[in-house]
Amino acid sequence: MPQLKPGEISMGTTIMAVQFDGGVVLGADSRTSSGTYVSNRVSDKLTKVHDRIYCCRSGSAADTQAVADVVKYHLALYTAQHGEEPTVKVAASLFQQICYDNKDNLMAGIIVAGWDKVDGASVYEIPLGGSIHKLPFTLAGSGSTFIYGYCDKLFRPDMTKDECIEFVKNSVSLAISRDGSSGGVIRVAAITEDGVERQVVHGNNLPQQFLG
Amino acid sequence: MTSIGTGYDLSVSTYSPDGRVFQVEYAQKAVDNSGTAIGLRVKDGVVLAVEKIKHSRLLVPHSNRRIMTAGKHIGIASAGWMSDTRHLVKRVREESRSYTDVYKTKVPAHIIAERLAMYVQAYTLYSSVRPFGVSTLLACTDAKGPQLFMIEPSGYYVGYRGCAVGKGKQVAKTEIEKLDLDNMTVREAVKEAARIIYSAHDDTKDKLFELELSWVCKESNDLHVHVPQDVYDDAVQYAERSLDDDDDDNEMDDDEDL
Repeated sequence: MPQLKPGEISMGTTIMAVQFDGGVVLGADSRTSSGTYVSNRVSDKLTKVHDRIYCCRSGSAADTQAVADVVKYHLALYTAQHGEEPTVKVAASLFQQICYDNKDNLMAGIIVAGWDKVDGASVYEIPLGGSIHKLPFTLAGSGSTFIYGYCDKLFRPDMTKDECIEFVKNSVSLAISRDGSSGGVIRVAAITEDGVERQVVHGNNLPQQFLG
Repeated sequence: MTSIGTGYDLSVSTYSPDGRVFQVEYAQKAVDNSGTAIGLRVKDGVVLAVEKIKHSRLLVPHSNRRIMTAGKHIGIASAGWMSDTRHLVKRVREESRSYTDVYKTKVPAHIIAERLAMYVQAYTLYSSVRPFGVSTLLACTDAKGPQLFMIEPSGYYVGYRGCAVGKGKQVAKTEIEKLDLDNMTVREAVKEAARIIYSAHDDTKDKLFELELSWVCKESNDLHVHVPQDVYDDAVQYAERSLDDDDDDNEMDDDEDL
């Protein structure tokens, strides 16, 4: 079972991605911790690997950055060689191959989500062992455990883009309030055929919830 | 007609003063001396046909196939050295498999054609190896539809709607140019391909030959397979009948002269 090395930066995290008809919405918190010290309270865990394909990173910051960089390179090469855009499935397959082949040396839990003109909107989860799962929505990171019930109850496959964005903001904010390793701002990215819209929700604008 | 590059043709890593690599040209000659192979890309598939010259009546029919399958949706027919062909087909199978392992999908036609062409070209760079003496016709369907590529011993490759290699390529090319390939179906193309192979076959040079026919199309579920027996028999009948008609026409002319 891979462990963080002493001194290695973790991204105890809450990340999620939700599919709707015509696109996906990705969400993440922004806390990067090294033990109890928060080394970056505004990190961006939603990383672009191609024009309409993003990934959410959790686990070791270094490992996920390295893997995402390799995949980004390969996807750029794919476009040049094939003369057409790669699909989300191709991106997820590349992540999966790297994560599986190097499973002993990596600690990376990744969600790949995006839009392509062959399959439309897709969400793929690649957990620690390097398996790949295609799902309508998925959660990952340490904070996700606290919101499974909430998400399972509220998710509907026929939500609109704005409903998905609300759903993601509410879910991540609930996770942040219960998980010590998640915090900071909520970053949201909505990907459709027309492009990518990014939003940031600061602490003072978090959705209302009972705080005791 | 044969040009000799005296002195500059001993190794593939040597240019001649007029910019030719003779070893690659000699490899092309090996192709030109082999049995004819043709490929036809039509609106709903690709047909490959090969004139398999038999050296002996003792050969088991349908053995030693000259048309081979790689990666299920790729068909390869070639003219030239059969042993080199088998090596290239093995390579195409490996490349196709490795592509699917990484990208989890069937390799597209232009990608596999390029990979094969790059491999063939690599053998024209070093004096320690010889170029492949094969011209390969690669038939493949992908999301863009049916496609046909020809890869020459130099590594040069181009997409075709119809092409021919081998001994009877001149005759075959003339016939192919007369066809309306864009509006044909594979069923029609199979018959035409058989007819063209029969007409390109020179009876005076090699008496025994076997026709090999294959296709990759909707009817075969986008898999490359040898055509079903009934389609094959139909095509052979059509080809033999066309040859007889040609002979009849010739006889008519002789009578009129009297």
